[in-house]
Amino acid sequence: MRATAIEQYVRTDRLPHIWCSGCGIGIAMRAMIEALSQCDVRLDDVVIVSGIGCSGRVAGYAKMDSFHTTHGRAIPFATGLKLGNPKLKVIVFSGDGDLFAIGGNHFIHAARRNMDMTVICVNNFIYGMTGGQAGSTTPPHARTTTTPYGNFEPPFNLPHLAMACGAVYVARWTTYHVVQLIQAMKEAIAKRGFSFVEAISPCPTVFGSRNEIPTGLAAMKFFKQNSERIRDGFDVAEAGIELGGKIKVGRFCDRDRPTFQDRLVRMEHEVVSAERTMEG
Amino acid sequence: MSDLSVLTGEHFMNGDIACAEGGLACGCRFFAGYPITPATEVAERMARRLPEVGGVYIQMEDEIASMNAILGASWAGTFSMTSTSGPGFSLMMENIGLGIMTETPCVVVNVQRGGPSTGLPTLTGQGDMMQARWGSHGDYEIIALAPQSPQECFDLTIEAFLLSEQYRVPVLVMSDEMVGHMMERVVIPPADKIPLPVRRKPRVDKDSFVAFAPCEDLVPEMPSAGDGYRIHVTGLTHDERGYPATNARAHDRLVRRLVDKIRNNAHKIFRLEESGMEDAEVAIIAYGITARVARRAMQMARERGIRAGLLRLITVWPFPEERVRRLATQVRALVVAELNMGQMVREVERFSGSTPVFSALRPGGEIQEPGEVLAVIERAAKAAAKS
Repeated sequence: MRATAIEQYVRTDRLPHIWCSGCGIGIAMRAMIEALSQCDVRLDDVVIVSGIGCSGRVAGYAKMDSFHTTHGRAIPFATGLKLGNPKLKVIVFSGDGDLFAIGGNHFIHAARRNMDMTVICVNNFIYGMTGGQAGSTTPPHARTTTTPYGNFEPPFNLPHLAMACGAVYVARWTTYHVVQLIQAMKEAIAKRGFSFVEAISPCPTVFGSRNEIPTGLAAMKFFKQNSERIRDGFDVAEAGIELGGKIKVGRFCDRDRPTFQDRLVRMEHEVVSAERTMEG
Repeated sequence: MSDLSVLTGEHFMNGDIACAEGGLACGCRFFAGYPITPATEVAERMARRLPEVGGVYIQMEDEIASMNAILGASWAGTFSMTSTSGPGFSLMMENIGLGIMTETPCVVVNVQRGGPSTGLPTLTGQGDMMQARWGSHGDYEIIALAPQSPQECFDLTIEAFLLSEQYRVPVLVMSDEMVGHMMERVVIPPADKIPLPVRRKPRVDKDSFVAFAPCEDLVPEMPSAGDGYRIHVTGLTHDERGYPATNARAHDRLVRRLVDKIRNNAHKIFRLEESGMEDAEVAIIAYGITARVARRAMQMARERGIRAGLLRLITVWPFPEERVRRLATQVRALVVAELNMGQMVREVERFSGSTPVFSALRPGGEIQEPGEVLAVIERAAKAAAKS
């Protein structure tokens, strides 16, 4: 993409953005923009919905119809948008705390319904906006402001969760893997049904600094050295992330299931009109 | 399709179903809900009826999701609603606030039951009146209507849609278990006699459109997602472009406008009903189901020689301050009847001046006996006579 073309996608009048130096959210957002530019979609039909947190600010910079909702509620808001106007291409872009702690219930139900939307989760293992508290994705033993003795809770394995709930497309890459991330987002956006892309991202300011990855560059090196592309037959249950451990990356599934809308339309055609005929 | 959305004719239906039919008749085509007694019948009716008229019913995972889904559907250009009762109403509060902040039209029916907490799922109450006004955090004004019958459930749900589009605010229909579950005659007019809500779409081109620049009545115009305006909508304090502006000045400007667009237009929003007020010495103020009890109590008082009148609040929020202030100068005592431990009575007291105010209340569970309200009217009349 030429530099000038970025103005089609970004509210440049809102720059500079709020993200810290070394943060990966901008890379993930840029990957989404690249993916959109390569997809066969009209930008006027694209809607970006975010929750609250650092990643939740993406909606504010995306030059499309964009909604910055309440904490954890991007997915049900997006559900209303999609069902209110099925022509819309709905992308939820938010963080791990927003989507999987406070908003976890909505994620599992949208995946179960196979609601036609793409969820992009920037996972930096921490609540960044509030200054570095542990969440449902914080690896065991990680130091955060609310786990001063090390995290003793087990975290979610997000691809495993997404697949178990019925997502039809699931991929994970890190912000080091820009090309692969763009490709995954492209496939996710093009996919009919509930697609999910996890973008593992550095947060040097409040996560890395306390966990021996003090800069964005150090995180990129870590991602480069410790990411392992999954092979055919990989068991997604093994994709959990340990502090300092290997990060399994790749496309975990690409499968088909009828979407909520498919089932709704079928019900309307088959059942409702049949009942009406019988009554008539 | 449209013929099925308006069931013109005389019906025998309960208030919950009448709320659903009111929504359908004026064009509601999206309902997101979650089962909860005593509001479940609204959702059940919508689940059956919306597919018949090309609309969407979705049962969400909770009331938080329901509230967000109707906000999203509204921005997609659909007239949307949900219904709930006490516990679900509590869960909706944060995102009713999002609806207020983002100026998103939608309708929330609250079929009130006894609370706090799980309280009395199957029994009536009017304990959510102050929650309706103040339940979401921060400063705002809201519009809330209180139906007294299934017919009004139908009529006021339509009114709620009209007001929500006119003022771009979530409108609350504050029904209750008794009205929701009572079966009465409901007349549904012909389709061409039903007023339809109008989305205030932008009248200027995309380049000169400023998303939250208000019109003269302080309400901005509203494009839908997908119209090509590429707007940004946020629950953060924002400027007229819709961009986050988290500073005191922008906040002052925005919150004042959100409040003033309702306050300045309150005289156009109020709906009141008065009876026996011409010669009244004691005025009863009541709303919803309690107004029916109060009406009987008023008649009984008059039979006993007490000149009682009734002011029924159809619009409860915004509160008709001026009317109550004037009323307080016309009568010698005010009686407020309601099914809570004293909520709207506080609002009445703010505007009653030196006129004494008496409360006829119960915390819900069942409606008052007319005799209970009468006893308070008699006490008020006696005190008024002494002063």
